Order: sequence, then structure tokens, then C-alpha cells
Amino acid sequence: MSEPELAHAGLNLGDTGALTQDQAENAIFGFWIFLMSDAVIFALLFATYGTMIASTVGGPTPASEFKLLPAFVETLLLLTSSATFGRATIAMKYDEPRRVLFGWLGATLGLGLVFLALEANDFATMFAHGAYPMRSGFLSSFFALVGLHGLHVAVACFWLVVMVVQVCAYGLDARVRINLLRLGLFWHLLDIVWIAIFSVVYLQGNIG
Amino acid sequence: MTVSVPLWPAVLGRFGWQDLPFVRAWENPTISEIIGAFAGALVVVGAVVVAALLTRYGKWRYLWTEWLTSLDHKKIGIMYIVVAFVMLSRALVEAVLMRMQQAVAIENPGFLTPDHFGQLFSTHGSIMIFFMAMPFLTGMINYVLPLQIGARDMAFPWANSIALWLTIGAAGLMMASLVVGEFSTGGWSGYPPYTERTFSPGVGVDYWIWAVTLGSIGSTMAGINIACTVYKLRAPGMRFMRMQMFAWTSLCTSILMIFAMPPLTVATLLLALDRYLGFHFFTNDLGGNMMNYANMFWLFGHPEVYILILPAFGVYSEVVSTFSTKDLYGYTSLVIATMAIAVLSFTVWVHHFFTMGQSANVNAAFGIATMTIGVPTGVKIYDWIWTMFRGEVRFTVPMLYALAFMMTFVLGGFTGIILAMPPLDYLVHNTLFLVAHFHNMLIPGLLYGMLAGYHYWFPKAFGFRLDERWGRIAFTCWVVGFYLAFFPLYVLGASGMARRTQAIFEPSFRPWLYVAGVGAFVLLAALTSLGIQLWVSIRDRARTQVEAGDPWDGRGLEWSVSAPPPEYNFAVLPLIDGRNPFYDHKHDEGQPDPYASPLAYEDIVVPRGSATSVVIGLTAAVAAFGLIWEIWGLTIVALQVIVAAVVLRSFGRDQHRTIPAAEVAREHEAWLARVRTTPAIPRQLETAVVNRGLAEIVA
Repeated sequence: MSEPELAHAGLNLGDTGALTQDQAENAIFGFWIFLMSDAVIFALLFATYGTMIASTVGGPTPASEFKLLPAFVETLLLLTSSATFGRATIAMKYDEPRRVLFGWLGATLGLGLVFLALEANDFATMFAHGAYPMRSGFLSSFFALVGLHGLHVAVACFWLVVMVVQVCAYGLDARVRINLLRLGLFWHLLDIVWIAIFSVVYLQGNIG
Repeated sequence: MTVSVPLWPAVLGRFGWQDLPFVRAWENPTISEIIGAFAGALVVVGAVVVAALLTRYGKWRYLWTEWLTSLDHKKIGIMYIVVAFVMLSRALVEAVLMRMQQAVAIENPGFLTPDHFGQLFSTHGSIMIFFMAMPFLTGMINYVLPLQIGARDMAFPWANSIALWLTIGAAGLMMASLVVGEFSTGGWSGYPPYTERTFSPGVGVDYWIWAVTLGSIGSTMAGINIACTVYKLRAPGMRFMRMQMFAWTSLCTSILMIFAMPPLTVATLLLALDRYLGFHFFTNDLGGNMMNYANMFWLFGHPEVYILILPAFGVYSEVVSTFSTKDLYGYTSLVIATMAIAVLSFTVWVHHFFTMGQSANVNAAFGIATMTIGVPTGVKIYDWIWTMFRGEVRFTVPMLYALAFMMTFVLGGFTGIILAMPPLDYLVHNTLFLVAHFHNMLIPGLLYGMLAGYHYWFPKAFGFRLDERWGRIAFTCWVVGFYLAFFPLYVLGASGMARRTQAIFEPSFRPWLYVAGVGAFVLLAALTSLGIQLWVSIRDRARTQVEAGDPWDGRGLEWSVSAPPPEYNFAVLPLIDGRNPFYDHKHDEGQPDPYASPLAYEDIVVPRGSATSVVIGLTAAVAAFGLIWEIWGLTIVALQVIVAAVVLRSFGRDQHRTIPAAEVAREHEAWLARVRTTPAIPRQLETAVVNRGLAEIVA
């Protein structure tokens, strides 16, 4: 494969043989469709948040609860983790030594876990202020939206661990490669959703 | 509604003896309670009898290995349709009960309590939409679509099986609600705040939430699978504009599923957050906003109507073309109309709540958008009429359904225009007029279509035809029953009779309610006739064998293989050179013989069966059952089992089976040899005994 040629709807798998490319074609395309329906779920939660942002009923408000600095740090962590995942995918594509792949995947996992820890800390601080989801429609919609994103990140971290075990068990066979590509797409989508959360929830809460 | 005292909360959650309908009927033997207990007993006895028969005839292993764990799209399709028929029986009986109650309860309490009546219309609606219509069309697409586009299987066989088992698990929850506890009284749309804990503290709404959630997740998965199959697995040369219409409508339906099912999942899960964790999405207090629910539910609910109707449109296109012996008139316009309907379906959801307080301008916009859908639908009706025009029309059972559909659906469309005008809608919303309208759309637009498809493709699936005489009897009952049962409702609705009414205080409604009641019994007779037809057809199957596979002189690729088709569908993947390759090759001189032996055979890889999908679907239902009854431990264990099953499956490597080329060659050549000895019949004799599945080839 001398010139760049995208054989399927994901990052190029490199010189892995026609059969793997063929399998990836369906699997990755199907996963894109799944991501679209997942994006619909987030879109609806954003819309719900938008309609409920004023429903604070005398309780905590966006201005009183959202801290821009931790949210900004979380954004940087997640953006960096997308970059490290991309680097891991390149390591897979060019069959770099196993420890390089594991290094980048480990960095990704670490960033994801720190992100989750910071988010949990944010939530705990809010709870301590009396800003819990049962307090108002605004807080219900906030915790559903940001919480669902956090749940996705947690699932992605679990999946990443499973994939590392699979690389150890089977090496980079066709299924492992395809599943790593799918996990990568999932990870990048979460990054995009977070950018929307940062803009719509945190920036709007502090500036708007 | 009796509130029961929890028996042993640590282990059984909310369950108390009062939750068993048998106990309630014993303590309070009213007719209403006895009917409930009888229904519960029927579920239990039915399950025991099926289990006993399976044991007696030693069929458990066969059922498990050949069917339940199968990843073959054809078997999955058939299982979906079996579920649909079982659930159709229950929901139809419930409809008859409701019509009887209304006929009796004129200035009179009748025999059903208001609470029981509320459960009946909620289960009737939920079952008919989620567990009759959806499995029926998903099953039909599953069976037919890969055969039509020249694919060996669906794109994701394992996910296909999980979607089936989630649907079965959810249908199982619906059945369980008859035996333990109660069902929601909040209607099929489950509007809060009535369905919040404050107003509905029992388990009923939770049964509704989790059954619908599992069903909608299953449908989303099915949609992804169908779309990917069409996009990626078409046979060489099968361009989009060469696909059969049913493949087109399947594609559009699957796109609607992908985008319309998630809003339902969000709506039900947010309602669950309100009920379980005290969130305030749709509550009356603390900033809740019920209109968000109405919007999300109908963002699903309106496209859902087209998810249901489009596959039926596909079936009618196939049936009308085949039984008129003509190419489909206006193929391109049918494709464009299908796509237009799919897109427009997302633009009209607000017409479900014209009266809930948005401005007149918003109502006007959505009213106009609603009426626009009449245009592509009209295009389709004209195309079908033109297809019949100067054709050699044969009035077989599927064709009769298609004709009844065209007439009846147009009438329903007219009443839809009435409802699409906000000022008129203000007068008749929430009356029986609305009930009449949507039954007027969905019975011909879904049920007749699915039944037409059932008769049309049954010989393909099982290798013998359905009995024509009983088919006609059933057809007559469906059509006559429909008009008797639903046209009086237009009159009643226009006279102001509210929907979901348990007792009636207007004596002048009596004659119309009696007619509607008779209609319900005729519909029950229709279902019974279908049962008799199936029994008669199986009994006489030796005389109606159509093993050669093409009993109706069909057009699509699905008719070019044996009946039933082999597991791998096509011994050699076909090369497509036109819109009706099989038909053209059969009929046109100088074309390749469709029954010629291929030059070479290859090994074919098919998926092995998998028990994990069964485990995942049923365990999801167990997790839901734990949530409903607040048996938290059960839910936690069940969720862990699901995660473990998914992870284990992802570690599996030996998930395929190779069928050697020699075996494929042996099977295929044996079939071709039988085709050559099968007498060809002219299409006029297709319903006669001489039809062995080889339509006459005009040389």
C-alpha cells in the first residue's frame, strides 16, 4: 500500500491484508451508525438542559455552582487523551513494539481516570453546596447530561482495560484491531461531546 | 387497586401476596378480579403446557440448538414473527374486553373496574405497538431483506440475536405483569406527571418503563443492523436503484429506527430517574416540565408511525407488482416518495399536542407540515393503481389485502387531514375520533401489510403454501371487522365521546357501541381463522409443497433460491445486471438460465449459534424485573452477568463455521435437479395443487 487509501470508514489499518480491511469495512461503518444514535441521546439531553437552565426554583444556579478552572483542566485532560489514543492507533497501524502501544494506551487510560476523578470531585463539591439533582429541574438536567457523559467515559475506560488484556491474549489479530478502532471512535466522540458540554454548560454558566 | 404489604422486603422487594391476581380474586371475587386472575392463570398454564410438551416430545435440545441460539437471520426473523402473533392474540382479546365493557357500561358500572380498564388500554396500546407491530416488521425485514439484496446474512448476526432476545425479554415482562403485580394505567404513551411516583406509586408504570426501554434498545440495534446490511452487503451489481421496493422501505425504516428510538429511550429513562431517584424532569413541582416529555415521546412517536407503515408499503409494492404481472409503475417516484416520507416524519411531532399551549403560529406550521405527508403517500397510491392498470391481476390473498389497504388507508388519510387542522383538532382531540383515525391508519397500513407479507413469503420460509380458502375467510373477517369496529368510533368521537372511557353516560351512544362491539368479535374471528389456516396448511403441506422456490412468478432475488433457502442463502453470490434480474433471466430469451449450474463453488463461512445473546436478553429482563420490584441485589447480579457475557464473547475467537464447497455443491445440485423435474405451471394456476413452486418459463 504505497499511497494513502482509506479502505473503510475509520483510521487506516495499514498493511493488514484484504480480509481484515474487509471485516473492518462493515464493523466500523456499523459503529459510526451506532455513534449517530448515541449522539441523538446527547442532543436531547442538551435540549432538555437548555429548556431547564432557568428552572432553578430558588436553589443553586449555574453561576453559583460552575467553576471554570476545573472544567478547563478537565477539557485539557480529555483533549490530550484523544491525542494519546490517536498515537496508540498509529502504533497499532505500523506494528510498533508492543510496549509503545501499551504506553500510549496506558497514558490514555490514566488521563481518562484523572478526568473522572476531577469530575467526581466537582460533583462532590456541588453536593456539599446542596446542589444535588433532586433539588431542581435545572440540577436534574445538569446531572443527567454531564453524568451520562461521565458514565460513557467510565465505560470507555473499562473497555480499554479489556482491550489491553485482549492484546496480551491474542496479539493484534483482526478482531482486536477492529475493536481498538471502534474504541478509538468512541473515545473521540466523548471528546467532542465534552467540548459541547464545556461550551454549553460551563462557559454559558460563567459568562452568560 | 389494592395496596399490598411487602412480604419480605430484604429478598422480595415490594412483593406482597396481594400482588398475585389469584389472591386478589379470592379475597374480592368480582368479575373484574376474576378476569384478571383468569388471564394470569392462562399465562402460567400456557407456559407449563409448552414446557411439558417440549419435554414429552424431547424437543428442548432441538429448540435450543436449532432455533433459540441460532444467529441465522431467517430463523431470527421467524422467531420475531412468532412473538408478534402471540402478543397480537393477547392484545386483541384485551380489545374485545374493552369493547364489551363499553357496550355494557352505558349508565351502568359494567364488569371492569376503572383501574382494570386503565390497565387494559395501556397494555393493549403498548403491546400492539412495541410487541406486535415492531417484532412483526423487524422479523419480516430480517427474513426477506438479505435474500432480496443478495446477502448471506445480516451485517451483525450476534447483535441481531441480542435485539431479538431483548424484545422477547421485554415481551416476557409484559406477560409477567399479568401474573405478578399490575400494569400501568397511564396509556401507551405514559404521560407524566400522572406516571410519576406521586400519582402512580405501584409497580405498573415501572413495568411499562422497563418493557418499553428494553424493546426500544432492541429496536435501535435492529435498525443499525438493517441499515448496515443494506449499505454494505448488497450483492455485486446491486446498485441502490436496482433494489426491490421492500429493501428500500426497510432501509428507510431502519434509518428512522436509528434516529427515533433514542428519544424514546431518553424519555423513559428520565421518567425512571424521576421515579427512582426523585429527579425533577417531568414533575409538577421544583422546576419539572412535562412538555419536555411530550416533545421527546413524540419525537419518537411520530416517526414510529412511519417505521410501522413503510415496510408495509414495501410489501404492497412487491405484492401488487407480482400479482399484476407487471413491473412496478414509477419505481423512481416510489423511492423518492419513501425517502420524502421518512424525512417529513421528523417534522410533524407537535401535531400530537396541538392543544397543549404552544402558539397558533407553531400549530399552523406543524399542521401544514402534517398535511404535506399526504403528497408522497398519494404518489404511492397512484403508482400502485397504475401498476395494476392493464395488468393481469390475480386476486390472491396478499393482493386482496393490498386492495383493501388502498381503499381503507385513503379514508383514514382523509380523517388525518381533519386532525391536521389545529382548529378542528381542538374539537375532536382526545375523543374516539382520534382512536378511529389511528386504527384506520395502522390496521390497513401495518397489520394488513404484514399479513400480506406473511401470506406472500410463507412458502419461501417453510416450503409450502398457506391455505387459500381460510386465508380468504380471515381476510374477509379482518376487513369487515375493521369497518364495524372503527367506523362507529368516528361518529362517537365527533359526538364528543372521550377516549379511554370506562363507563358511558350518554344513552344515544348505545347503538354505535354495540356495532363496534360486534366488530371486535369479528376481528377475533379473523385471528381465529388465521390460526385455523395455519393448522390446515400444516396438515395439508404435502399437497402444497413449493420446494422449487418460486410459486408466484416472483421478481426479487429471494425467489431464485430453494424454499426454504439454505442456511447460507445463495450457493454462489448472484451478479446483478438489472432491476429484476431473476424475473428477466426467467422470461427473456438470450438471458442466462437462472437455474443453470454455477461454474464453481466456494467454501462458505456462517456464524455459529451463540447462547450469550439469549443470556444477555433474558438477563436484561431479570435486571428490569429486579428494578420493578426493588429487588436491588437481583438487578446488580443480573447487570454483572450481562457485562461478563459481553466481555466473554469479545474474547471468543472460534465463532464461525465453514461449510465446505463440496457440501454446498451437493445441496445446490440436488436442488437444481429437483427444479428440472418440477412441472412449470402458468400463473393462473398458482393457487392450485399443481403449483410445486416453478412458475412457467415462457421460452
